[in-house]
Amino acid sequence: MAGAGSFRREMLEAQAPPAARTGRLRWLQENLFSSWPSALLTLLSLAAILWLVAHVWPWFAHSVWDAGSLTECRAIIRETWGEGASGACFAVIRERWQQFLFGFYPRELYWRPTLAFVLMFVALAPILFAELPRRLRWFAVAFPGIAYWLLWGGPASVPLAVYAGFAIAWLVHRAVAARSSELVALVVAVAAMILWWLHLAGPVARALPILELQPVGSSRFGGFTLSLVIGVTGIAFSLPLGILLALGRRSQMFFVTTMCVGFIEFIRGVPLITLLLVASFLLNIFLPPGTNFDIILRVIIMVTLFASAYMAEVIRGGLAALPRGQYEAADALGLDYWKATRLIIMPQALKISIPGIVNTFIGLFKDTTLVAIIGLLDPIGLTTAIRADTNWNGIVWELYGFVALLFFLCCYGMSQYSQYLERKLRTGQR
Amino acid sequence: MTSIDTHQEPFRLGMLLNDTRYRSLTIQVFALAAFILTTAWLVSNTVQNLSALGKDFSFSFLGSRAGYDINQTLVPYTNNSTHARAALVGILNTILIAILGCGLATVIGVLMGVLRLSGNWIVARIAAAYVEGFRNVPVLLWIIAIMAIITESAPAPRAFRGDEASASMLFGAFAVTNRGLYMPWPVLGPGWQLVVLTFLASLAAIVFLRRQARRRQEETGEILPIFWLGTGLFFVPVLLVDALLGGPITLDYPVLERFNFAGGGFVDKALLALWLALSLYTGSYIAEIVRAGILAVPRGQTEAASALGLRPRRVMSLVILPQALRVIVPPLISQYLNLTKNSSLAIAVGYMDVRATLGGITMNQTGRELECMLLLMGFYLLVSLGISSVMNWYNASVALKER
Repeated sequence: MAGAGSFRREMLEAQAPPAARTGRLRWLQENLFSSWPSALLTLLSLAAILWLVAHVWPWFAHSVWDAGSLTECRAIIRETWGEGASGACFAVIRERWQQFLFGFYPRELYWRPTLAFVLMFVALAPILFAELPRRLRWFAVAFPGIAYWLLWGGPASVPLAVYAGFAIAWLVHRAVAARSSELVALVVAVAAMILWWLHLAGPVARALPILELQPVGSSRFGGFTLSLVIGVTGIAFSLPLGILLALGRRSQMFFVTTMCVGFIEFIRGVPLITLLLVASFLLNIFLPPGTNFDIILRVIIMVTLFASAYMAEVIRGGLAALPRGQYEAADALGLDYWKATRLIIMPQALKISIPGIVNTFIGLFKDTTLVAIIGLLDPIGLTTAIRADTNWNGIVWELYGFVALLFFLCCYGMSQYSQYLERKLRTGQR
Repeated sequence: MTSIDTHQEPFRLGMLLNDTRYRSLTIQVFALAAFILTTAWLVSNTVQNLSALGKDFSFSFLGSRAGYDINQTLVPYTNNSTHARAALVGILNTILIAILGCGLATVIGVLMGVLRLSGNWIVARIAAAYVEGFRNVPVLLWIIAIMAIITESAPAPRAFRGDEASASMLFGAFAVTNRGLYMPWPVLGPGWQLVVLTFLASLAAIVFLRRQARRRQEETGEILPIFWLGTGLFFVPVLLVDALLGGPITLDYPVLERFNFAGGGFVDKALLALWLALSLYTGSYIAEIVRAGILAVPRGQTEAASALGLRPRRVMSLVILPQALRVIVPPLISQYLNLTKNSSLAIAVGYMDVRATLGGITMNQTGRELECMLLLMGFYLLVSLGISSVMNWYNASVALKER
């Protein structure tokens, strides 16, 4: 052992790592060239990307935005860029983009679907982002009526009469619940609401035609407006229906469970397209003679039922994942079934099933394109119609690329939101 | 009950509503009554409507002449065949696309799922782009777009002609044209049964060998070179028997004739487009399932296996995969079910599956919407029940045997 002077009293400054171990070089070595196979894969991928860019870039660079037909497009490309040059013909999008967005909605009324679309975000904001004031949620409640009135037109008293049904149900429920049991009050309230809708709402709405807008028939709906109308309505109704079905499937009551299981398994066992065929061919046979209601409404009903069965299974997964202690604790607090469900069970079960719920939403939105098969002109139906037009016969990439981009933006946006929500609601149990 | 419950409360009518013991009974009776009433209402409506339309409810139309042609059939069919035969052709076509699609989707999905976990940044990004790109666009759009691309971009058969042909056949055997895919097809000569039997026997031998090797490994720890033995067994006996018999099974290559290719096998472009679109779309879901399954195996398992001295490949095959498969297989099977159901979109490209024959042309020709839809839904329900019972069987067989 040496004396006290032989060891250092201060720490040495850390030396900089060697150049090959830092910065970009190190990153390249670790992530792209860590081994021979990896290096080979990197080179192959780079070659593939280069090949793709080399083919796609000229196509974009030579694009034509102003032409009346595909032949005209090709002539312009030949003139400007020489024989054999490839180029995109985005003129078709320029000519038809209004149709893609609004279908055959009257041109001078485009402001109505646009306004409804903007208001949709105002209505969604307080639901999507909890930081906003809760009072805004009343607007979300009113939005379906406003949207219906804006899109289909007619007097504002029609949606108002529908809302009046809910108000009546609430009043009746309060009046009866004061005198009798909760269950009786519920039954009477629902009966009163249905009575109002079936027999009184129509005459009352006709008697008071206020704020009348020019009516627009369902046959003029198309394009992305149609997809959004079906998709958003389906999403809005399939969640509550799915919750009810999931609760029914897990209930102790034999008949209720059987009915829910039967419904869910039936719907999940058949393709959506068969249900849409039922909507377009058979629904009139099942209903009283002479009933004939709107094809869009029929489609919305079927899409909603379809999505609600999948939603029920997702939520059932969430319910099953909740620890048994939560149910018992709710019982021990003396909460009745609905209070326990609303305050203790559902908030946790829904949080667990967010990814599944959003996936179902995305699936539903993509499935709205199936209406093209029963002859509605959604974006895909429109592409088929445009390709059948002699002017645009033979156009492929531009049309499908445009529609695919629109759907991609919506669906990718939804999945990003669900990831944000998951991160936000994670309470650190894991 | 126990002796505490001595005084029995007399039953009152109000207890049906207020006592939780009886209330569920009340609710069920009401629910059942509502259900029966609704069903009766629907049935009576249907009966009224059908009689107003002058229709009856019968399946006799299945025995009458179909009168339409089907471009791709697996069993003999002409337009003189019955509607039942047309439905059978459709069912077989649905099963064909389902099997083809599930196979290709699994290959694509497993490949992309593994690549997305790769340490190579650029490869992982490409796999992620594939998954997000295909998942977020409707499958119907893919089907129609791929069909349009084949129709518009693939060369016509005449492009293969002459010395300066603008298109050439892949390996001199496969020709992708705007009508479909022309490819070699086996021709069965005398004695082909023996070759097929040999092949089946060697498959059985491979399965047997794997079992033996596994047992031996569990008993003695000795590992047989199962991969090479299996590969040898797969090829050698069949080729040997084939050569001994003088080659009873030969390949018939497509040859370009005046207007089109002749000979060989032909896959219609509708089937091709549907197959590619369904496989690529479902593959993106399977990729995510595979990725989640591999990530679900805790890292400690890999480390523990390495600590035991297993080589990386054995870590994968003996430790990671068996555990990951338990997570992967159930959602994978439900993706197979989804693919089968999505194949009902075949009508968009004119592929004649059961939805296009029974639920399409037959329904329109005979006007038997109710009967056709019942049969169609019944078929799809049977398929999904079958697939989900396979899933339940698998779940039961791999469930952790604890407690």
